Amino acid sequence: MNRREFMKSASATAVASGAGVAAPAVFSPAKAQARNETLLIVSESGPNNLDIHGVGTNVPGYEASWNTYDRLITHEMTEKEGVRYYDRDKLKGELAEDMNIGDMSVTFKLKKNATFQDGTPVTAKDVKWSLDRAVSVGGFPTFQMKAGSLEKPEQFVVVDDHTVRVDFLRKDRLTIPDLAVIVPCVINSELVKKNATEKDPWGLEYTKQNTAGSGAYRVTKWTPGTEVIFERFDDWKGGPLPKIKRVIWRMVPSAGNRRALMERGDADISYDLPNKDFVELKQAGKLNITSVPYSNGVQYIGMNVKSPPFDNPKVREAVAYAIPYEKIMEAVLYGLGRPMFGAPADAATKVAWPQPTKFKTDLAKAKQLMAEAGYAGGIDTTLSFDLGFAGVNEPICVLLQENLAQIGIKTTINKIPGANWRTELNKKVLPLYTNVFSGWLDYPEYFFFWCYHGSNSVFNTMSYQSAAMDTFIDGARAAAASGDKAAYDTDVKGMVDLAFADVPRIPLYQPFVNVAMQKNITGYEYWFHRRLDYRAFQKG
Amino acid sequence: MLKLLGSRLATAVPSLIGVVIVTFLLTRVLPGDTAAYFAGPAATPQAIAEIRTKLGLDKSLPAQFADYVSALAHGDLGSSLSTGQPVATEIASRLPASAELTLAGLVLALLIAVPFGIIAAVRQGSWIDHACRIITTAGVSLPVFFTGLLLVYVFYFKLGWAPAPLGRLDVFFSAPETVTGFYLIDSLIARDFETFRAALAQLAVPAITLAIFALAPIARMTRASMLAVLSSEFVRTAKAAGLTDYTVIITYAFRNAMLPVVTTLGMVFSFLLGANVLVEKVFAWPGIGSYAVEALITSDYAPVQGFVLAMAILYVILNLLIDLAYGIIDPRARSEA
Repeated sequence: MNRREFMKSASATAVASGAGVAAPAVFSPAKAQARNETLLIVSESGPNNLDIHGVGTNVPGYEASWNTYDRLITHEMTEKEGVRYYDRDKLKGELAEDMNIGDMSVTFKLKKNATFQDGTPVTAKDVKWSLDRAVSVGGFPTFQMKAGSLEKPEQFVVVDDHTVRVDFLRKDRLTIPDLAVIVPCVINSELVKKNATEKDPWGLEYTKQNTAGSGAYRVTKWTPGTEVIFERFDDWKGGPLPKIKRVIWRMVPSAGNRRALMERGDADISYDLPNKDFVELKQAGKLNITSVPYSNGVQYIGMNVKSPPFDNPKVREAVAYAIPYEKIMEAVLYGLGRPMFGAPADAATKVAWPQPTKFKTDLAKAKQLMAEAGYAGGIDTTLSFDLGFAGVNEPICVLLQENLAQIGIKTTINKIPGANWRTELNKKVLPLYTNVFSGWLDYPEYFFFWCYHGSNSVFNTMSYQSAAMDTFIDGARAAAASGDKAAYDTDVKGMVDLAFADVPRIPLYQPFVNVAMQKNITGYEYWFHRRLDYRAFQKG
Repeated sequence: MLKLLGSRLATAVPSLIGVVIVTFLLTRVLPGDTAAYFAGPAATPQAIAEIRTKLGLDKSLPAQFADYVSALAHGDLGSSLSTGQPVATEIASRLPASAELTLAGLVLALLIAVPFGIIAAVRQGSWIDHACRIITTAGVSLPVFFTGLLLVYVFYFKLGWAPAPLGRLDVFFSAPETVTGFYLIDSLIARDFETFRAALAQLAVPAITLAIFALAPIARMTRASMLAVLSSEFVRTAKAAGLTDYTVIITYAFRNAMLPVVTTLGMVFSFLLGANVLVEKVFAWPGIGSYAVEALITSDYAPVQGFVLAMAILYVILNLLIDLAYGIIDPRARSEA
């Protein structure tokens, strides 16, 4: 992080927001006027909680939190393949106007004029209370904080009213980026404490229903399962004042109707639609369609390496050669995915993740591998998928089943309901399945630590254990913390090569986030969390 | 009458107790693990355990049941995890939405089906009888989500006559002050005719969808029972006595043919509440059916229990009303009770 740049962006922000405040508010009863300042977003499902610290907050809830709360720091924007894309490596202040990274701590100076939506100033004790809350409430927020070595309340120190210091437990290059994710949001501590109870000391019940942040929007009405209405907070200091005054987010469960609403021009943005609809809308050209690959995300075929037949690497390789990759890309994704297979045989391994394997569909080779493995007689097994994402998972499994049958692997498709999927996966007994994993923090070692490390986290769904792999992953993490680029590169290449040689899981493709917008809507930004950021949108 | 009311209500109590026990047990044998689901994609086993403790799911089944019943006795139906709201408030706000839609569909179906059925019976074998047969067959055989999508496609997407299928009100209208929870009635009470018009426009297509579905059993039942009554002796006597067609058909025949129609109505109403689930999905209607289905998919116990309980109570009331209606239509039914 470059300090001079930080200051520059912070002051530019202040100027811009000042100018924005000066603009007079326009009130007009005319509906056309209201529609111009209002963004109507439709999606399949909505939040179950407005606070990401809540118990079991769902993914749409992250969107509510992102737009209504500020963090100390956030990412700069850059451009990637024509889409505004968050810059993983460049951070700027949101509530902080200055960040000073020391050897074993980082110190933030807060913007002096920043206030919460109820007018109380944002102080260092609010920041500490909020970070304490994130590491204490348990569940997902605490887990996410831990990913950046943020584990104990003692790490967050109030220096003075407008200065906070975060002490490092250990050197970890993910600590600073982890302070820019959704979880470490700054909450109006006095307001929430007032509404906390003995049983609920962190006021989770209150923030579930009410937004208590300093963010650019606040939720003025929320009818769960139906709609969420956001109004702009005109005194927002986190960045330039957003153009959109009001955001109405309606849940429309029927995909066909979401498409109809977009095509008729009644809705401004549709967050999710089936791939086929997106392709057709793109071809029709009446709407702006953005498709961006999930950062650090891969859809894969996983195999349980602990028990036969998939404990045999030759069988796993045979499966990798039997997958109908091209057919999946065409018939299931309609091209809306980035292939993670079929790299040229002489391609060098890159220091990057995700990257394609060298596998391609080759049934003859697969059959030969099956014979070499001693399974020429065939195998009977089950192929499982999560019904919650049946639109993609089911056709993938059907196509795979067809090809596997040709190499002697007979599969029964096992459809697991969404509520049950994670439980089944956690048992680590499914022999063969398709799943997707994506990490907020876009670093190869982060992905590999969760998915391939011998510490056997929940995402190591294959129960893969390899001393060599652990050495690479631990080495890469240490090298990243100490800034040893050469060692880091060697370790990342090592782990990618090993993952592709042992193939406990076979990468298929990087899925896309698909957003459809009317032509007059601009300002879409891709964020690591993949949800919408309302602050940059413009209409007209 | 009061005695009948009392005895009917008393018989409802054991069934309600049964419903409480059965729904509790049924939700517990659902395969999903609520805690794992709500712990999120990035949960550790420890995080899942923490959530399980928070939700009280780590207790034994009898202990959970005791918790549930004691909360129920205080009128607390628990909280939904997927929407984050208390179940009682959710049901209170969603039930009127479903009821308004269902009743609108039912009334519409009645208005069309009863005259249709009568005419088909009177002019048996005529073109109108055949039309009745075709329409009713089509009505039952087309699934509601299909008719719903078809109507949206034609009336909203192609013709632009219907408003966007976005629930009970256009996004730029605000809901009228709640009195009954029925937007049509509330907006009239508030004398807000613009909202009334908007709510009616939103209601039209989903109500027609439901009506098409409900048309068939009512029309068929009206026709069949009219045919039976028309061939009976008292009608022949009435005709022989030279009464007008209107008096014979409406005053004498129809009143006697109404009993089975009312029974069918009760059944159709319950069908409609079921069919509602799909219509609500298609029209983004914030009703109780879509709420229950979503809860079921996510193994969210409290709303499912609350929903089944609310439905059970609704059925008890409905059956009671139908019994009372019998008494009004046919004095003989009164004495039998």
